[in-house]
This record gives sequence, C-alpha cells and structure tokens, in this order.
Amino acid sequence: MALDTQPGQHKLTSAVTESRFARWTLIAVSLVFLALILLLPMAAVFVEAFRKGAGAFVEALQDDETFAAIKLTLIVAVISVPLNLVFGVAAAWAIAKFEFKGKAFLTTLIDLPFSVSPVIAGLVFVLLFGSNSLLGPWLAEHNIKILFAVPGLVLATMFVTFPFVARELIPLMQDQGTADEEAALSLGASGFQTFWYVTLPNIKWGLLYGVLLCNARAMGEFGAVSVVSGHIRGETNTMPLQIEILYNDYNFSGAFAVATLLALLALVTLILKTLLEMRFSEEIAASRRH
Amino acid sequence: MALGFTLIWLILIVLIPISGLLLKTSTLGWPAFWSIASDPRVLAALRMSFGGALIAAVVNAIFGVILAWVLVRYRFPGKRIIDAVVDLPFALPTAVAGIALTTLYSPNGWIGQFLSPLGIKVAFTPIGVVIALIFVGLPFVVRTVQPIMEEIDREVEEAAATLGANRFQTITRVLLPGLAPAVLTGFALSFARAVGEYGSVIFIAGNLPYVSEIAPLLIVIRLEEYNYAAATGIAAIMLIISFVMLLVINLIQTWSRKRYGYGA
Repeated sequence: MALDTQPGQHKLTSAVTESRFARWTLIAVSLVFLALILLLPMAAVFVEAFRKGAGAFVEALQDDETFAAIKLTLIVAVISVPLNLVFGVAAAWAIAKFEFKGKAFLTTLIDLPFSVSPVIAGLVFVLLFGSNSLLGPWLAEHNIKILFAVPGLVLATMFVTFPFVARELIPLMQDQGTADEEAALSLGASGFQTFWYVTLPNIKWGLLYGVLLCNARAMGEFGAVSVVSGHIRGETNTMPLQIEILYNDYNFSGAFAVATLLALLALVTLILKTLLEMRFSEEIAASRRH
Repeated sequence: MALGFTLIWLILIVLIPISGLLLKTSTLGWPAFWSIASDPRVLAALRMSFGGALIAAVVNAIFGVILAWVLVRYRFPGKRIIDAVVDLPFALPTAVAGIALTTLYSPNGWIGQFLSPLGIKVAFTPIGVVIALIFVGLPFVVRTVQPIMEEIDREVEEAAATLGANRFQTITRVLLPGLAPAVLTGFALSFARAVGEYGSVIFIAGNLPYVSEIAPLLIVIRLEEYNYAAATGIAAIMLIISFVMLLVINLIQTWSRKRYGYGA
C-alpha cells in the first residue's frame, strides 16, 4: 500500500531539463524584460499617436512638411536600396564562390559600417564634400549640391546600410557551395546564365530577407542622415528627422503620428521576415549561423 | 568581374570617406589632437558612451542568454511571437525607439511614474542612456547564441547528469563554457552598436554636458559650431578605441574557441 503512489504524484524531473519552477521563472524573467524594453515602447508609440483622437492623427499626417518628409524618405530608399542590393549580390558572389587572397580582410571591410557610429558615417561625407573640404570649392563652382541635398542623404544611407544584403547572402551562398554552378558551366552555360538561372533562384529568399532589413534601416536611419541633411524644413528632412523636429517643438501627437508609420513599417518587416523563416527556414537558417 | 565591382563600390562608398576622416585627423597635428582628446567634456562624453555601452552589453549578454535558452528549450504560449519580437530593434527606427522610451520612462510615463516615488530617475539621466543602449543591442546576443544552443548535443547533458552533476552544475560547468565564444561575439556586436548609437539616445539622455552627453552627440554639436577639427578628433578617438576593443575581444574569442569548442 505504501508503494501505491499515484501516477504523476512523484513526477521525476528529467535530468536534462530544469524544474518546473526554474522553467517558469526564466520564462517570466524573459517576458518582463522584453515587455519593459521592447513591447511597452512599441505600444506607447500607438497610444501617444491617438491620444488626441483619430482626427488629430490624420491631421498630423496631412501636414505639408510631414508629407515632404515621407516623399523624401521614399526617394532615398528607392535609390539606395537597389544599389546596395546589386552590390550585396556581387560581393557575396565574389566572396562565396571564388578563392582569392585577402578574402577575410575584404569581409571585414564590408562589415566596417556596422561598427562605425552613424554620426561618424555622416561626418565623413561632410569632410569630403563640405565647403572647406578638398572637393568643396570645385563642387560649389559647378553648382553641384551633395550635402544638404538628396545625393548626400543617399550616400550617407548607403554607407550605413552597405553590409546588410551581403551579410545575409555570404553564409547562405557559402553553404550552397559551387557544385550547381560547376554543373551549369560544364553544360555550356555562360557566366551570366549560370548566375541568372542557377545562383539567383537558389538565393532568392535570403536575398529578399536582406533587402527587407536593408530597407527598414534605410528608411529609419537617423544619425548619419541627420549630419548631412542640414535640417531644411520641408526640403531635406526625412521621416526620422521630421519626428525629431516635431518632438522638439513639443508637437508630441504629430511626432508620434509620423512614428506610427515607421513603426508599422517595422512590424510589416518583422511579419514578412517571420513568414519567410517559417516557409524557407532551412535556407535562411544558414545565414543566421555566422 | 564581380570582385572588381565589389572593390570599386567598397572603395567609393566606404573606404574613401573613412580615409578622408583619417587624413583630416593626421593634418590636425599632435598638439591640436591632444588638446581635443584631453578636453574634460570630451573625456566625459567618451566615458558615457563607452561606459554606458559596456553596462548595456553586459545586461544584454545576461538577459540575451536567458532569452535564447527560453526560446530554444521551453514551450509556452506566444513563443513564436516573442521570437519574432526580439528582432524589433533591428527594424524599428532609432528615433521612434528614442521618443517611445522617453515617454515611457519620463517621471509621469507608464513606467516612470512607478519609479519616481522611489527616487529613481531614468529619463534624462545616464540610466536612461543605458536603457536606450540595451534596446538597440538586445537582438545581437540572442541571435548569435540561439543557433549555437540549438546545436548542443543533449548527450553531453545526459553524461553530466549520469556522472552525478545536478542541473545547476551541468549548466554552469558544461553548457555555459561551450557557449562562451558565441556569447562573446554577441556581446561584442551589441557593444559596438551601442558605442556609436545616437538616434535613440539623444531623446532620453537629457544631454547634460559632463553627465549624460554621449560622444556622437558631441561630434554633432562641434559640427554645428563649424568646429570640424574637434568633430574629426573625437570621431578618430572613437574609431581607435572601438577598433582596439574589438581586436581584444577577437583575440579572447579565438582563445576561448580553441579552449572550449562548439563550432561557433
């Protein structure tokens, strides 16, 4: 009778997991931490934007300066993201499929913008094109505006988002090896055909993923763009800069209204990314392992 | 051809601008450079940036490992969403994060209102800076540690348990040392990102010189004063310190990878 323990009464904790208590404590700690640092700020953006009602929200977005900022952000992204996409594919192709000296060094250089402060990224272009730089007088003479204009914004954005596509693709392409390409080449395909019909289809989801991240960063970049923009209202302010201006004017509902647009962009990016991971987990998982 | 294109692009967009900065620094001359580097306000700003980034990276390393563990090993409702949410700082623009965190942690904000009766001020103090830096660096540790954790062979844990180790011993003596290289990588990435962070910090920091002013902001201030020499000098110092720290971390990593393994 004494041995008649009911099943489940003395559940043994498996030797390779933690006790129930430890498990739930760790889960709770994680959730509280995420709530305080990530979830509440996200919620705050939407609550603050609608604090004065939907009417005020719509009105804030119809402001001329805000509209100009949205347009400028789109222009900058439309130019810089495709350029970085082309570069990213070429860089990943060169690094993953060929052997050459100084490969590790090249990879480090591509990653360089990740470890440079965005403010410094902006500063380097001010030093290069500013009025007292080497190129400055020449540019002024020929009436070419780079700083405080679209070209400067594009350059600064490209610098900051430079590594995104390449970083996603390099591990993926390395994982896939060169066997497919060798087969195509031996069957008489040209270099370009091999790339277009063999390599590109293999990497398309990883590529999309890199472009998504690159785009989110390009539209949301603040520090680098802030330094080169000159903050001319209605002209050289991108959306993040417009948020800063509205916020510093104590127009909080306006600032948060613009912020909701960027927050929505972030949410869409995350949702697409999660969907991509669910459907193409194997392909993308390779790029995570770096 | 792809290589040539890559190189040209890299040189145009990244290398020429960066060397421009270094060239400009070298024309300053030692005495000028030294007077910039020894300016108390610059020193205070560098201490804030690097110190704040260090604290934030440590916090992220600890919570990042816990989070990764919870995501890899446990099942709970909403796990998928939580896993996706971790990447939010990669996707959310820093300015948006900055104003949101400020609203949240200011004395009458959702969280700040509970802290201010306790005498804790977060927004507009160095603590606020650290909170913002934790935000931007959070995904790095989780995303570098998570895939390595997934690859851990359970047999190792079983062996430890068979040999009489309790669970705590297994984790601290067997599992964590193997994860060390990945944690260090995540720590380094999180740290590097936080050192240069600007957008999310300037809103919450209050930007008091000598107290909560970060180095990137001081660069911007000097630029607005058309003091290009000082801006360049501070930028060069930041680059040099970051470079040296990453080099040291790289060396430690190589060492710990040799020592502990897992194909990190």
